[in-house]
Amino acid sequence: MREFSVVGKDIPRPDAWLKATGKAVYTDDIKLPGMLYGKLLRSPLPHARIVNIDVSKAQALPGVKCVITGQDIPKVKYGNWRLFPATQDEYALAIDKVRFVGDEVAAVAAIDPDIAAEALQLIEVEYEELPPVFDIESALKEGAPVIHEESPNNVSVTRKIEYGDVEEGFSKADYVREDTFTVHAVSHAYLEPCSTVAQCDLDGRITLWTSTQTPYIIQCLLASTLEMRENDVRVIKPYVGGGFGGKMELRPWEFCAAFMAKLTGRPVKFTLTREEELATGRRRHPMVIYSKVGFKKDGTLVAKDLKISLDGGGYNSMGPTATFLCGNFGAMLYRYPNYRFFGQHVYTNKPPAGAMRGFGAPQSLFATETQMNMAAEELGIDPIELRIKNAMVEGDVIPDVATISSCGFIDSLKEAARMSNWKKKRKSLAPGEGIGVGCYSFISGGVFNWFNTQYPFSAAEVRVFSDGTAHLLTMASDIGQGSDTALKQILAEELGLEMKDIRVTSADTAVTPQADLGTWGSRVTLMAGNAVIDAAKKIKEKLFGAVSARFNLNVIYDMECKGGRVYAKGRPDRGMSFGEAVAMVQKAQRGEPLVARGYYTPRGKGLVTPAFSFGAQVAHVAVDQETGKVEVKKIWTAHDCGTVINPMAAEGQLEGSIHMALGYALSEQFVMDKGKTLNTTFLDYKIPAAMDMPQSKSAIVDTYEPEGPMGAKEVGEGLVSPTAPAIAEAVYHATGYRCKDLPITPEKILKGLRDTKKRKRKRS
Amino acid sequence: MMHKISIKVNGDLYVLSVEPWKTLNQVLREDLNLTGTKLGCGTGDCGACTVLVDGRSVTSCLTLAVEMDGKEILTVEGLAPAGEELHPIQRAFVEKGAIQCGYCTPGMELSALYLLKNNPSPSEAEIREALSGNLCRCTGYNKIVEAVQWAAKELKAEKSKSTRSK
Ligand code: FES
Ligand code: FES
Repeated sequence: MREFSVVGKDIPRPDAWLKATGKAVYTDDIKLPGMLYGKLLRSPLPHARIVNIDVSKAQALPGVKCVITGQDIPKVKYGNWRLFPATQDEYALAIDKVRFVGDEVAAVAAIDPDIAAEALQLIEVEYEELPPVFDIESALKEGAPVIHEESPNNVSVTRKIEYGDVEEGFSKADYVREDTFTVHAVSHAYLEPCSTVAQCDLDGRITLWTSTQTPYIIQCLLASTLEMRENDVRVIKPYVGGGFGGKMELRPWEFCAAFMAKLTGRPVKFTLTREEELATGRRRHPMVIYSKVGFKKDGTLVAKDLKISLDGGGYNSMGPTATFLCGNFGAMLYRYPNYRFFGQHVYTNKPPAGAMRGFGAPQSLFATETQMNMAAEELGIDPIELRIKNAMVEGDVIPDVATISSCGFIDSLKEAARMSNWKKKRKSLAPGEGIGVGCYSFISGGVFNWFNTQYPFSAAEVRVFSDGTAHLLTMASDIGQGSDTALKQILAEELGLEMKDIRVTSADTAVTPQADLGTWGSRVTLMAGNAVIDAAKKIKEKLFGAVSARFNLNVIYDMECKGGRVYAKGRPDRGMSFGEAVAMVQKAQRGEPLVARGYYTPRGKGLVTPAFSFGAQVAHVAVDQETGKVEVKKIWTAHDCGTVINPMAAEGQLEGSIHMALGYALSEQFVMDKGKTLNTTFLDYKIPAAMDMPQSKSAIVDTYEPEGPMGAKEVGEGLVSPTAPAIAEAVYHATGYRCKDLPITPEKILKGLRDTKKRKRKRS
Repeated sequence: MMHKISIKVNGDLYVLSVEPWKTLNQVLREDLNLTGTKLGCGTGDCGACTVLVDGRSVTSCLTLAVEMDGKEILTVEGLAPAGEELHPIQRAFVEKGAIQCGYCTPGMELSALYLLKNNPSPSEAEIREALSGNLCRCTGYNKIVEAVQWAAKELKAEKSKSTRSK
């Protein structure tokens, strides 16, 4: 194993002190001279035709500088699946119809936010109401109202995966079970509400500061919707207060800010309110999941048939990717010799669901893992044993889905069992307490190029200087997860420098190298990390050349950059400081600075991802039999993320995942009435607080991912999946109530307890 | 109608005219350009806007600026003692990995300061309780709790050092 100096260390993130002192600038902190404040008028109806919009009164309000509606903007639809234009189904402002409560209809820019808000109330919209549909079943019914003309059956995307022979597989099964699971929508609830500032230069070019995870995608889609050239749009990502998948598309306020900045010649800012975020923002897909699995008597899996319908809301958003991925995740974790998946993305008149941490995995794996727990019980096999028996291992290949090049799944299961004292606790917990297991596998970035990028998936530029420092430029987007830190660590390690020697500039499309698809699907560490290493290697070759020439070294010498020096590995005295080596190269190049670009695009890695992570989690709960309240006492996690770049940051990702998954399992849900979201404050939409968090203990299983930078792969997104099934199983273990429809609420538990009692009475 | 108020923010005196509906958060962020104080919800539920007013922690998004006349306000920008880069609480947040996106951080730090002023040796449960009005979506709180524990120790050590040297 390679010895690291910077990688693998608990290095505090360099941006932390800016954040700790309040000096880090987030988008809403930006104020430009002459700036106007924008607000959006949203539809109060779930489904309606726009008959007429009268903005004259709003326009006449003193202080209002610009009012726009769908009639004023280029008729260009957008959506992230650029490779398939038919999936691009959204206009920045509704043109013909509104499709959910909150659909953007008009925008105002005024000299202050209060005037903008007042102007919204003066806009008169005449709607013709259309019958709405609010759930998958009604949307799929014959004769259901059609939400998009292009999808007469309200299904916008379907996906199939099939390998082996599923029917034949089931015919050989000794035990088959069929279940239907439903999972609900939850909010990303990033603490920073979305915000954007747009400025138009004298020559008509746009600069956009925006709270985004994907500056390059915003640049491209903004250019197309504004009917501008890509290079005339510059997108800058300031510090971002969390994204979790919710900030990876072009959003109406980004378009409106840019469009109105062009119209008025003044900068325009939009910042959403929390109410807007919760009432109308993207969310995790609700799904109905039908799953049939077959086993041999001894627990060997023989077949799986999975059908998932995604409740997409009014537009596609990131739904096509979620449809694609939930079928892939259904095939993960265990070796299914025969597998079939059918997924469909269904429109309903609700706020669109999009990408959210886990991207189809939390839903799909809730079904997989709960069914695994149910099967274990009926087969009379310990749930962890059953998993170990069927677990994927290194070298496994899933046709069309994956090649598993590193896998610590079995070790994770064993370690989680050991840490939690599983065997003993399963048998001997106090009444009302229970313990359960759930597992996950996740991707390290996507392979399938639905955005149709013309550039490498990730790129990095490294500039080195004779004062012994380096400058890393990358379009990878740190949204709080710490990618700037991780990439800096990787570069410091490669060049043998210290963290303080490296300056990072990230996520500015006019400055950082083309391109990077942004932060989603846990792609950054692996993809941008590989691009950084590629660039560093090119730099090193130059430095090695200069040092070799200087000392007249035999070409067979292995060279090294370490501890701020460049030298021959076997003869450390034959070398010089990093800065001196840079100066020599520069001299040899007659003054040309030493700069290199590195790239990464996954090739020959199937359609899904270059690398998978794995892990297992055990939850211990206590359930109050009177109130049905669940207390999660402790969570043990063992996971495999390849080489760990920064253990403290990885642990932070794990703990953040537990937080989010705890909310998903127990406390978070939208209360909807006829398409309208009713709980629009953090008082009513309950994300866990400090007191709600369980104790957590974790272990990282040692693996090395050959495709990853220094052996690293995904950490922190997949971890959001195992918690809900683990808690659900623990609640079952404690009470006999089996949850197949998230969230696990006290009401459901109490009803479950009553039903169990009734059943027992009947039996006796 | 505008109201005239004079407030001391991080030791600096400001005399301002404010509309009666303006919140302290708006005045800090928009009028004084002290954008370290964040706005996460505007309804008093997330704590991102927490500041200290006369030593007590308040949610600045629900506090009207007109009520602040004559008061002393401490925001994240004023946390570090003069001449020092970081307050021990800030240092603890940095060192312990308690900061990810950082949006909750200023509010968390001020809630932590308020706690440690009133209870220099809080138990873990007391820390969790004191921070229960501050939401964080990134960290899962554990590292924040660790940071506050660490800061408590540091502050006590500093105090005993300074009393000894007196
Ligand atoms: S912004 Fe004041 S409590 Fe959330
Ligand atoms: S660090 Fe992101 S909300 Fe706390």
